[in-house]
Amino acid sequence: MSVFVWIETFSGQVVPGSWEALSAARILAKGDDLDVVALLFGTDDHAIIEDSHQRGAATCLVCSDETLLDYRLETYSTLLGELVKSRRPRAVVSAATNRGRELLASAAGDTESGLLSDVIDLRVEEGMIIGARAAYAGKVLMEMTANTNTAFVTVRGRAFPAAPRDDQRQGTIERVAPAPSSDAMPTEVLDFKSESGTISLADAAIIVSGGRGMASNPAEAPENLDGEEATIWKAKHGFANTLSPLAEILGAAIGASRAAVDAGYIPYEHQVGQTGKVVTPDLYIACGISGAIQHQAGMRNSKIIVAINKDADAPIFKLARYGIVGDLYEIVPALTAALNKQLR
Amino acid sequence: MAHIATFTRSTPDTAARVWVDDNGEVTWGDVATVVNPWDEYSLEETIVQAKSCGGDSTVIAIGGAINDDALKHSIAMGLQNALRIDEPGADMHDSLVWSALAAGAIRKLDDVDLIIFGKESVDVATDQHTFQLARRLGWTMLSYVAAIIDIDFEARAITVEKTLEQGKQTVAARLPAVISVMKGINDPRYPNFLGIRKAAKARIPVWSADDLGLTLPRPATAVLRYMNPPARDVSTEIVHGENVDAKAESLVARLLEEKVL
Repeated sequence: MSVFVWIETFSGQVVPGSWEALSAARILAKGDDLDVVALLFGTDDHAIIEDSHQRGAATCLVCSDETLLDYRLETYSTLLGELVKSRRPRAVVSAATNRGRELLASAAGDTESGLLSDVIDLRVEEGMIIGARAAYAGKVLMEMTANTNTAFVTVRGRAFPAAPRDDQRQGTIERVAPAPSSDAMPTEVLDFKSESGTISLADAAIIVSGGRGMASNPAEAPENLDGEEATIWKAKHGFANTLSPLAEILGAAIGASRAAVDAGYIPYEHQVGQTGKVVTPDLYIACGISGAIQHQAGMRNSKIIVAINKDADAPIFKLARYGIVGDLYEIVPALTAALNKQLR
Repeated sequence: MAHIATFTRSTPDTAARVWVDDNGEVTWGDVATVVNPWDEYSLEETIVQAKSCGGDSTVIAIGGAINDDALKHSIAMGLQNALRIDEPGADMHDSLVWSALAAGAIRKLDDVDLIIFGKESVDVATDQHTFQLARRLGWTMLSYVAAIIDIDFEARAITVEKTLEQGKQTVAARLPAVISVMKGINDPRYPNFLGIRKAAKARIPVWSADDLGLTLPRPATAVLRYMNPPARDVSTEIVHGENVDAKAESLVARLLEEKVL
């Protein structure tokens, strides 16, 4: 028996969460002394195969048929379902990315297998795979198990360390044929707009976030704007010219509170919290964020939280390890300058 | 006539404290429930799309009577029909059981062209049931939709903009389809007075697994226990200094000590 791990690629590159999934797969394999098998669909890249071996995959199952060159849920989940039915792995693991979530949920459905999604911790106890995960927007934790032959598991970004490389490690390669596809291409990708250059919140080690306080920008809005439009301009200007330089020097992703998103200061993709993303960076810098319970749900498990806020009574200070009481438009530029001195 | 279905459920108010009680059960005291926050967007999108094609809309909840609150809120917003599927003893937290019941309901309705989900359910904190419903029905799945660009029910075609970590993808597919929509796709409405009155009078039919002609699958997962998250053990240090530059430098020194830079 084996533990499968899906190595997700995008534009020929392995997505960061996949090496974390591989280390989760190694935890499950170790418990029962099984082999880790890396699944590579739509790629035959020697460097990725070698990387998978060096990070602990005993075997790479490669299917680089041309029907799999572009990711499609239908073809990928059919193939994964077939591989699970024929080889009966103990578990199938992937990163809880958008694609990982849909692929594993679909294949788990096709094979009537249990799925533990978005787990933050894994262990094997008396042959049982037990996953810990958050529920109710992180207000509650739960432990679950799958009682089927194969357990499907998606792992939350940054919950497991990336599996380390060992140059000495080698492995085998097995090529498999694609599953006879039951569909006649029901989906067709017409266009793709890349958001490259931005660091994904889920993978970021450092996040700089802005809230309602972003509107108190002393910069003058253009004269033709007034009222709400002027406020939105000021907040956007602040994200671009005050928060972004700090994020850039830290290599950080930019986050935001729901209040900032709903007010139109920044697109929804940046929202951290109950109806946004749940993040666990090493460092979370909250600027002008009061820290409503909905926001806390998304960031309270960050390792170190820094709060910068005018209001000394803001609830965010209760979560923060370090706080500075004051105007973010004075403190953030000073912080950027201080980091420039230290880090460059 | 086109028929759009959507699923919802009651979840604790987003501002509510939720915790695990001495019996190991999840509770939120006597705080009211709301519709699952992600479903505000799927309910709104269902209303808008049904109206624009002159079609029918149905909201479905799977589970106990607590979900009638969410169904009534949906009617108050403007959903035309509501329906609840309940099977006492069935493990609704198991996505395979849930999706079997949901698929049974869609098959019994017989004429549904499109199912719209919110991105996920905040209580179980997953979206796996949406994909498993699509697979059970054999329908196309389009997840994390940021915009519906076009639907043509006559030509059985749909085009949407999907969200990936790496960007946005425009995808064309055939109906019937299951889609899940993101926050930002629309601006959910508040129920108006007429809607609230309609909802108050609504009688919601409840169907069982028998009514759907279903034998339920065995649950594939089990919850072993719920736990309160460990208290965040922090002592907050307010960083002081003569001026902002001194405060900033002092903060950087501390962050370097913490090894998070």
